[in-house]
Amino acid sequence: MLRAEGLNLSVPGKVLCRDLNIVIKPGECWGILGRNGSGKTTLLHALSGLRAPDAGLVSWDGKPLPDYPRRELARQIGVLPQDEGHEFWGTALEYVLLGRYPHSRGFGITDGDEEAALAALQQVGMADMAHRTLITLSGGERQRVRIAMLLAQAPQHYCLDEPLQHLDLGHQAEALRLLQRLAVEEGKAVLMVLHETLWAGRYCDHILMLYDEGRVLAGSAAELMTLKNLEELYRCGLREIETEVGSYFLPA
Amino acid sequence: MSRPFLLILFLILTPLSLLAGVAFGSVDLSLGEVMCALAGKEAGLATDIVWQLRLPRVASAFACGGSLALAGALLQALLRNPLADPYVLGISGGSAVAALVAMLFGLAAAAVNFAALGGALAAVGLVFALGFGRGGNMQRLLLTGVVLSAGFGALISLLLTLAPGAQVRGMLFWLMGDLSQAQAPGLAWGVLVAALALAWWQANSLDILGLGELKAKSLGVAVRPLQLGIYFTASAATAAVVVEAGAIGFVGLIVPHFVRLLGVSGHRWLLPLAVLAGGSFLTLADTLARTAIAPQQLPVGVLTALLGVPLLLFLLTRRT
Repeated sequence: MLRAEGLNLSVPGKVLCRDLNIVIKPGECWGILGRNGSGKTTLLHALSGLRAPDAGLVSWDGKPLPDYPRRELARQIGVLPQDEGHEFWGTALEYVLLGRYPHSRGFGITDGDEEAALAALQQVGMADMAHRTLITLSGGERQRVRIAMLLAQAPQHYCLDEPLQHLDLGHQAEALRLLQRLAVEEGKAVLMVLHETLWAGRYCDHILMLYDEGRVLAGSAAELMTLKNLEELYRCGLREIETEVGSYFLPA
Repeated sequence: MSRPFLLILFLILTPLSLLAGVAFGSVDLSLGEVMCALAGKEAGLATDIVWQLRLPRVASAFACGGSLALAGALLQALLRNPLADPYVLGISGGSAVAALVAMLFGLAAAAVNFAALGGALAAVGLVFALGFGRGGNMQRLLLTGVVLSAGFGALISLLLTLAPGAQVRGMLFWLMGDLSQAQAPGLAWGVLVAALALAWWQANSLDILGLGELKAKSLGVAVRPLQLGIYFTASAATAAVVVEAGAIGFVGLIVPHFVRLLGVSGHRWLLPLAVLAGGSFLTLADTLARTAIAPQQLPVGVLTALLGVPLLLFLLTRRT
């Protein structure tokens, strides 16, 4: 269980988040929404231990994140950052195997690691490309391999920064179903930065909305995903189109 | 090619290159004479040449080549930049300025080496302070190194202009890298073995560092201590070479890429294979440098580039 208490975050000249208190429980799927530069990524980093907050405390299972040994924390909380580019010359399978690092003891790769990596590639539909060199894959395929590395890491809490980037519509839906299954069936917690309100409304049960001046709305998706909230959030007039799979919000 | 096969291949090539380095030289010795001398059966000219001249030089060449390849692979991982080489952060520049100043004052070879070491350490410290200092990141480190290298380059040109004509040749040899003064391989070997052991121990973390700092941190790698460790390990390996043989170019840039182009990616294999390949490559290049127009010697740095450029270009085009 991830808990943030009195969390304050700022970057030079801007307060991103003021006195945020949230609890993310196993089985929940959270979406972070906000305008460009509103602090979505910074918040994700603070909640996953990649960045120290300006004030407040983030804890996992009652213990502050900085008190965890690094690898132990990496077994609890896994992160898919935005693509930083990479220097990697090996195959997709070798790439995914790096995700096993927090579980490795000593030096070698065990059969268990290889199985976990192959299973992860299978889950994102990339098993038949396991032995392709990573740099020969397309952007979307590479993004699925990046998600597979996070699956191979097998944390209890998944943090993903725009996991749908580079993915086509079908693979966007597949990736979100995969993450939802992790939460609902395996009791993992998922926290992700999203731009697509349709996906957020459909696959997230909780939403964090980052407004100006550090104001944050946090709560159930059903309550927060309203026309009024989203118009204010994106500072943009919207129209709501209801369908049987959820509400579309389109610029008016 | 599979990695174990490559390892066996390189383990066979290494003694062959060392043997070639001992067997060939400006004095013609038959293989039988060389073998007799190596066995130390009889005293004589051949034994002296092999034990006093060729073996120390071959040992130096191998250690220098291995160290440069190791330092190059490490800096490419640290800076996440395929163009990085052991000298990109200014070690050779700082070392060269100090060595050239010592030559300008007509100091003995030992003093020149000492100055070279001082210059290398000063450059390492300066780049560390400016690049890793408050809020430092790898991009700033790289730019700091490149800018300082450019400054050192200007100072080197100035020193070459000021130096009397008779000294310029020796200075150019030093700048291009030259093993003719290298007779004490002990230090270079010690540094190489220690650096390889340290780097190999962190091989998995080095792979993960290539994914980016955020991802590496989220996987449980202690990013900043690792970066500092790589920086100082690569610097020590490079400094040992520069003191031993001047700024031998190109080995540190191309050998890691050569090994990668053979299909090796993880650092656990890349590092030892690069050391073997770099050591063998420099040993062979130095053997050529001694024998091509014997008795005159060529600076080995010229040959590493002349041999390495076509080889790497061939591999690059074949690969894609």
